[in-house]
Amino acid sequence: MEIEFEKQLVELKKKVGKLENGRKDKMTLVVFSGELDKLMAAMIIATGATAMDMEVKLFFTFWATAALRDPKKNVKGKNFMSKMFGFMLPKGAKKVKLSKMHMGGMGKAMLEGLMKKKGVKSLPELFQVAGELGVEINVCEMSMDLMGFKKEELIDYPKMNICGVGTFLADAEESKIQLFI
Amino acid sequence: MTTEELRNLKANQTVDARGTACPGPLLAAKKAVGDIESGEIMEILSSDEGTKHDIPKWCQKMEHEFLGIVEEDSYSRLFLKKA
Repeated sequence: MEIEFEKQLVELKKKVGKLENGRKDKMTLVVFSGELDKLMAAMIIATGATAMDMEVKLFFTFWATAALRDPKKNVKGKNFMSKMFGFMLPKGAKKVKLSKMHMGGMGKAMLEGLMKKKGVKSLPELFQVAGELGVEINVCEMSMDLMGFKKEELIDYPKMNICGVGTFLADAEESKIQLFI
Repeated sequence: MTTEELRNLKANQTVDARGTACPGPLLAAKKAVGDIESGEIMEILSSDEGTKHDIPKWCQKMEHEFLGIVEEDSYSRLFLKKA
C-alpha cells in the first residue's frame, strides 16, 4: 500500500516538473516570406519580444533565406541551376521587394523614404539590432540546398545555425508564442 | 499620479527615444532600465503614439510600476518605477 503511494508521488512529481519546464518565456517564428514588408514585421516582433525578456528564435525557410545573403560575398563552384536561382532571387535584405505596391521598385523607394522620415529602422538595420539583442536565427538546411545557397554567402550574424525542421519543432514546442510569417 | 505630481517628479534616468518608431522606444526603455536600481524612477520621452500603450503593457509584464504620462506639445513623457 505504502509502496504504491510512493510510486504515485514520484510520478506526480515528474508530471509537475514537466509542466513547469514546458512552456518558457520563449517565442519561435517561422520566417517563410521573402518580401520586405513581411520580413520587417517578423524582425520588429522579434526585437520587440527581447524587450519583453523573451528568448527569441527565428526559423528562416524558403523565400526568406534569400534575405540572409550577403551581397559582398561570392561563392564559386555552383552548378547552373544554383546560379540561376541565385540570380533570380534578391541578394540580401537590401534587395527584397514589397509584397504589394512594389511597382518596379517605385513603391519600395517611396516606402523607404517614408520610413527614414518617420524613424523606422530599415531591414538591414533590424537584422543588426536583432543580432545585438541575441535573437537566434536558424536557417533551414533544405531550403538552402534547394536554392543552391551556401553557408559562406550568408551575412555575418552572431547566433546563426543551419538546421532542420526538428530544431524548429523542439523550439516551438517549448515556446509560448509561435507564428508563421 | 496626477500630471502636476508627475511634472515635479525627479527621474533618476531619462531616456530620449524621440524620433524613433516602433520598437525603438521599447528597446531603449529596456536597455536603460538596466542602469537604474530597484525603486528608482525612469522617464521615457517618445514621439511615437504607440509607445503610450506599449510602455504600460511592458511595465505590467516586467512588473515595473507605471506612474503615468505627461503630454508635451510634440511628444509624451512616460514615468515608471523600477521593480
